Amino acid sequence: MVNALALILPGAVASDSSGFEAPSINEFYPAAVLFQGTPFEMNRIMLIRVLICVVLMVVFSLWAGKFKKSAASGQVVPGRFQLMGEISLDFVRKSIAHDQLGEKDGNRFLPLLTTIFFTTLGMNITGIIPSLNVAGTSVIGLPIVMAAAAYVTFIYAGVRKHGGHFFTSALFPAGVPAAFYLLVTPIEFLSTFILRPVTLALRLTMNMIAGHLLLVLCFGATSFFLFKTQNGFQFFGAGTFAFGFVFTLFEILVAFLQAYVFTLLTTVYIQLALADEH
Amino acid sequence: MSATILAAAVSGSLGVVGYGLAAIGPGVGVGLVVSKTIESIARQPELAARLQVTMWLGIAFTEALALIGLATPFIFGA
Repeated sequence: MVNALALILPGAVASDSSGFEAPSINEFYPAAVLFQGTPFEMNRIMLIRVLICVVLMVVFSLWAGKFKKSAASGQVVPGRFQLMGEISLDFVRKSIAHDQLGEKDGNRFLPLLTTIFFTTLGMNITGIIPSLNVAGTSVIGLPIVMAAAAYVTFIYAGVRKHGGHFFTSALFPAGVPAAFYLLVTPIEFLSTFILRPVTLALRLTMNMIAGHLLLVLCFGATSFFLFKTQNGFQFFGAGTFAFGFVFTLFEILVAFLQAYVFTLLTTVYIQLALADEH
Repeated sequence: MSATILAAAVSGSLGVVGYGLAAIGPGVGVGLVVSKTIESIARQPELAARLQVTMWLGIAFTEALALIGLATPFIFGA
């Protein structure tokens, strides 16, 4: 990189510079911090996940306490903190669960959907929190766990409602001439039972990886331009910093959006499994 | 200059070109999904909320292809 830059812009790169360090996939495998050498080895990303788990548990137990107190005392006007809890819980309940599944089934699967939404959101948002700076979901382990939960749940929902007929109607859709099952059944099997969980996990992870790499690229370039170039090329640093700032705002949007999409897709898979034509 | 020599003269990863190609389809797809949603909302503004949910679903499914393209080198080795 430094050679290419020196070739294009002679005089841009200071002679004693060590060059531009492009971000790579190694960003997501930082050195272990705790318990080195044991199976419970923890790096920064694992520590961030543990931290977010603790934060989520504390915030939700505080909310639960508030709700209980206001229900017991009959005081219906919520404070600022309680209102925040009511709005965010109501978002999952009303505009995801009840909209897609209806009240009865929506309430049945609400605990899972709420857990998935807030876990994903919490783990995503660490990607833009200064000094944490990497999303807990940017390594595929956690998305796999949540995709597995979604997978098991939609199969459970289908089997509970339709029995073994769930699998036959998923693999052999009605109204298809018998000869076409040769073609349709493998495709249906692949798309319903393999690609659904795989894309759930991959979509989340890859969005977080791509977002993090973009931010690293922008701020890495800023540092490079500011400290390792000369003859006025430092001013490019201002441009890359502005890009980095805009992408940080974009990453906030992506964090919310991916949490929403993950939860929405889980809901839709459950709804498809419960649907009557199956 | 034969194709082999030309290919040898190009340095860098072919995977980058591959991902560029892989991103064309989903790019066009997401554009179509959003443009149709805008059109529908312009025709029936009162359905905006429902159409937006469907739009996000459509984007999520289409975008998965581009993200699978991004993931392939990590899974199958560079």
